[in-house]
Amino acid sequence: MSEEDKKPPVRPKPAAKKVVDEKALPPSPKQPVVDDLVTQLKGKLGERAVLEGYINQPNDHLPTLIISQEKWIDVLSILKNEPDLHFTYLQNASAIDYETHLEVVFHLHDLNRKERVAVKVKLDREQAVLPSASHLFAAANWNEREMYDLMGIHFTGHPELKRILLPDEWVGHPLRKDYVALDKEV
Amino acid sequence: MDALLLYLGPVILLFIVLGFVTYAILAERKVIGWIQGRIGPNQVGPWGLLQTVADILKLLIKEDTIPKNADRSLFKLAPILAFVPSFAVLAVMPFSSRIQFANIGVGLLYYMAISSITTIGILIGGWASNNKYALLGGMRSAAQMISYEIPLVLSVVGIVLTVGSLNLNEIVAAQQKTWFVFPQIIGFVVFIIASVSELNRTPFDLPEAESELVAGYHVEYSGFRFAFFMLAEYVYIFAMSSLTTVLFLGGWNAPFGLTFLPGIVWFIIKFALVVFFLYWVRATMPRIRVDQLMQFAWKVLLPLALANIVITTLLKEVPFFTLYY
Amino acid sequence: MIRTEEMLLNVGPQHPSTHGVLRLLVKVDGERIVEAEPVIGYLHRGTEKLAEDLTYTQIIPYTDRMDYLSAMTNNYAIVHATEKMMGLEIPERAEFLRVIVMELNRIASHLVWMGTYLLDIGAMSPFLYAFRDREQILDLFNELCGARLTYNYMRVGGVKWDAPSGWIGKVDHFVTYLQKQMKEYHQLVTGNEIFMQRTKGIGVYDQETAISFALSGANLRVTGLNWDLRKDSPYSIYEKFTFEVPVGEAGDLYQKYLCRMREIDESLKIVAQAVDDFPAEGKIMGKVPRVLRVPEGEVYVGIESPRGELGCHIVSKGKDKPWRLKFRRPSFYNLQILPTLLKDENISNLVAILGGIDIVLGEVDG
Repeated sequence: MSEEDKKPPVRPKPAAKKVVDEKALPPSPKQPVVDDLVTQLKGKLGERAVLEGYINQPNDHLPTLIISQEKWIDVLSILKNEPDLHFTYLQNASAIDYETHLEVVFHLHDLNRKERVAVKVKLDREQAVLPSASHLFAAANWNEREMYDLMGIHFTGHPELKRILLPDEWVGHPLRKDYVALDKEV
Repeated sequence: MDALLLYLGPVILLFIVLGFVTYAILAERKVIGWIQGRIGPNQVGPWGLLQTVADILKLLIKEDTIPKNADRSLFKLAPILAFVPSFAVLAVMPFSSRIQFANIGVGLLYYMAISSITTIGILIGGWASNNKYALLGGMRSAAQMISYEIPLVLSVVGIVLTVGSLNLNEIVAAQQKTWFVFPQIIGFVVFIIASVSELNRTPFDLPEAESELVAGYHVEYSGFRFAFFMLAEYVYIFAMSSLTTVLFLGGWNAPFGLTFLPGIVWFIIKFALVVFFLYWVRATMPRIRVDQLMQFAWKVLLPLALANIVITTLLKEVPFFTLYY
Repeated sequence: MIRTEEMLLNVGPQHPSTHGVLRLLVKVDGERIVEAEPVIGYLHRGTEKLAEDLTYTQIIPYTDRMDYLSAMTNNYAIVHATEKMMGLEIPERAEFLRVIVMELNRIASHLVWMGTYLLDIGAMSPFLYAFRDREQILDLFNELCGARLTYNYMRVGGVKWDAPSGWIGKVDHFVTYLQKQMKEYHQLVTGNEIFMQRTKGIGVYDQETAISFALSGANLRVTGLNWDLRKDSPYSIYEKFTFEVPVGEAGDLYQKYLCRMREIDESLKIVAQAVDDFPAEGKIMGKVPRVLRVPEGEVYVGIESPRGELGCHIVSKGKDKPWRLKFRRPSFYNLQILPTLLKDENISNLVAILGGIDIVLGEVDG
């Protein structure tokens, strides 16, 4: 609390301290949802399927699951096909390079219950391989191609894994943090 | 004197037609511009009067390109094949009781027969360009023009039956009292639709549908040869509007006995109305789809044209009806 | 025996009806399409990569260039996501201005769609009428922020420019004007027999397919699903306004057209209400630190752009620049269904179906 009492100077200091504030936030109303999801998935796929489940509070209390790489497709399949979950709508698919590892995020949406969930999986940077979800979500097809193109993640079992935005003969994957641009000025 | 007229007449007509085409294009752009809330061309000459002249000049001084893999001789032949018939059909057209070049007995048949040759020109042009879009455009054009020629011809059979002649002068003469547009209303509707299609104009402009086929059969043509295709298109507008006037709108006959204007003026007025109608349709309608186009020709227009023939025959031959016809 | 060969037709990237630089590799048998494969990326500028070296304010003009027909909603997506992460309060007047410009932009975008779609189908005049009316919206924007297409209008915490005096009155006048014009469009297009022939029963897909392809916007609603992010996960001040979400039934092109036309009506309603309730005075910028440092974490927000769900996914490490910025570009998602729809269609339906999806290539390629 002492942090809060001090009025910030004219130029606020870097906001790294806010993380401390976040910890102090009251428990989210969505906490039971994520707990329920975690137990359900662990019950079906074993303890190691879900590595972590938490609420992303700033993002409208978005339930977030971190999945183990091996169980990725199984988890997506359950989330999509289980009648009381029914997350059929692939709202967004992103890949992030954290320098220590890569991360793939799928934001899934159940249009009937208006429930959302974010599922993440962490990948090794050198050997970024993940089974393709394009047979579950038709929308994943191009998204996985885009992730392959820009982030260099190989999706096994993808029907047509080739570059989509960049030319076929392009070298490297630009959204990786260690990518060196041909022209530094750009 | 006669011999002089024989050679000079067509030349004069050619210049009249070229003049018409020049200003028909300008008029089209102006009229459509006004319909769409624009001004239209207004930069070259007063009210843009020289716009088309400038356009044609540009086309004539352009480099004449022939695609490398095109069939050169056919590629060169196609625009000529497309243009010549369009001009040749004008020979039988009676513009007034005295202005006509060939008063032949089968004038109507001559028109229909000669105008079909243009299809071959378009098909050859599409094929010889060695371009996929041009080929598709040429094929569509051939299919469309052949399909629509049938209702076009059948729709005027009613008139031929009524008049008892294929001669265009006699057809006009038979319309002294009533124009055929009234007794032959079905025939007229079928004829107008089929003629718009024959002219490849919206809503039947599939052969050159720019949003699908880029430009259709003449996509590879430029300069002078392209100008020939354009010329053929507009000369056909001239010819078809004249034919509509002659067949259905009483030719040079004055309506309501308003004979103080000479016949040629009445002809021009009616003719201009038909041309305006074509522009108006173009500014209003979307384009019909190719399979629907065929269905429309064979399933709607053809039966209607046939029904029209039957009705005309009944009206002419059954004694009870002839009292009123 | 006549043997016909399949022909490979290269539609685009300079074809007049691909609305930009989309290329379609179409295998045709006569006029029937056997297979169609979209080739994209001709307009890829690497916005997401560039954004990693830009501050949050500097990113905003880059978003203008994605969906260049509806730059206001793009602006909003990035500022909304940033505000959400920073937990900022936005002054009411700024929110009203944002809603007004976003809805006007939606109308402008739909007008362009309607005009170009009719042009694809071969009708010339609606295009010019639509552009005439859209021009008035662009003039309004020009007066507001000095740009006609790439507005760069919104800022984190508010908007850059306040409405000049008399501007709100002009918007009100425009709403009445366009409501009258809409009748003219319906007279000219909606009942046209040829237009119905070209669009009814063409390009049909069901709700399940639409969800699986994650379609959004009118492309999703046309299947009968009532889904509009303005209603279903409300953002800004949309909860203050009453409006309906137009929904289709058959999932064909004609219904898509009707959906979008009715969306114009609904947007006009929202603008009219916003103009009526517009706060007489107030600030247009909230309390925002001079240097925007977004707290560590990540956020994904989706908003309803004219083309569908425009999402913005920001991953921050507490710096003044995003660690990773990802846009969920609705055109990119919507275009994916195209090969499925084109299979076994006539080639003249190609432009009708492609046009019905309503893509903007700047957005597809990012």
